[in-house]
Amino acid sequence: MSEDIRVMTAQLAADPTSLVFLPLGEALRQRRQLDAARKVVLAGLSRYPDLADAHDLFGRILGDHGDFEQAFDEWGIALRLDPKHAGAHKGIGFLYFVAGKHEQALDHLQQAREARSDDEGVNAAIARVEEALAEQSVGTADGAAAAATVQAPGSAESPDETVRQVFAGLEGAEDGLLLVDQHGRRLGGGLRSPAGEDVADRVSALMSGVSREANRAARLLDIGDWEALTVESTDGNLHLAAPTADTILFVVRDPGIPLGRLAALSDRAAEAARDWLESLG
Amino acid sequence: MTVDYGLPLETLTRLRGVRGAMVVSAEDGIVVADALMEDVSGEAVAALAASLAQRMGQAVTATGYAVPTFLHLQTSAGALLIVPTGEDLLLIVFGSPDINVGLTRVEMLNVSEQLH
Repeated sequence: MSEDIRVMTAQLAADPTSLVFLPLGEALRQRRQLDAARKVVLAGLSRYPDLADAHDLFGRILGDHGDFEQAFDEWGIALRLDPKHAGAHKGIGFLYFVAGKHEQALDHLQQAREARSDDEGVNAAIARVEEALAEQSVGTADGAAAAATVQAPGSAESPDETVRQVFAGLEGAEDGLLLVDQHGRRLGGGLRSPAGEDVADRVSALMSGVSREANRAARLLDIGDWEALTVESTDGNLHLAAPTADTILFVVRDPGIPLGRLAALSDRAAEAARDWLESLG
Repeated sequence: MTVDYGLPLETLTRLRGVRGAMVVSAEDGIVVADALMEDVSGEAVAALAASLAQRMGQAVTATGYAVPTFLHLQTSAGALLIVPTGEDLLLIVFGSPDINVGLTRVEMLNVSEQLH
């Protein structure tokens, strides 16, 4: 263990509320001790869930692990907490670039440069994205964008294929995400109990009328329209939202997933659901 | 034994953003005790909140998980929070957009423990 890590570890042990977990986590990350870095930052996040820098650091650790989807969520949380956070813009810009979404990548990288104009890495990344955009405009773009395109559902596909396509590419697309119509019919996604039983249709049926009830309660209390319903249990958390007026999105994850990330995942799944519904015309 | 709900509910209504707190029968949504700071139809809210909690409880158990410990209905202008208390009661709090959900949740779980 290097001296600086030893010193910071001792500081953190002496004062667990210290913000030294940020440089300690980064030092561990840079030494590729990713599991240790992850533990340090998760402990820090449990004390400082609203600290954008901590979510940014966690995003970088997840990115180093190759877990880009969760990294995207963490940087998304960081930007909700601090819309000008340079590290989070840089991270999301990188992910968009990897996905071939160059315009979104450029937008985030430029916002990162506004906050941190002397970051050579950001400037180099912007130059690279601008080059890729120029190539795209003359029809010679690489295949990344095409590879990222989600195939639209076709009439010849089986219902099972359609059910799978709604959340294609998202974590838990077939287990832990459900799109349900107002009558409690499953439109997409899937859900299995911890014992492995398929419970998707049973749970979908229970969602019939939930949106109406939630809205009635909210209006009686004069607290606006319902936006989300979070349910905690000792061995799993649920998040409900309404991607459209006629549908309910049901997301389930184990309790180790922070509620902020659950909400971020729900946002992304809701966007995928809306895109899919629009593609049906 | 008679349970005094007054003080625990008052504790909750003193929290920032909280506009009302109730103890409600989980099965039929009948109000057992309330501390409402405004002219709110407590009976109607209690019935709807109980129905919502019951439905979500069924969904959670159908998923294969243990019964809910906390429910949070986020709305565009506030929040409705529910903590199942014992086997047959619900502790309900609602509030305006400035409600501190994290703190209120902790206090609700404390009060629930006292009432249990």
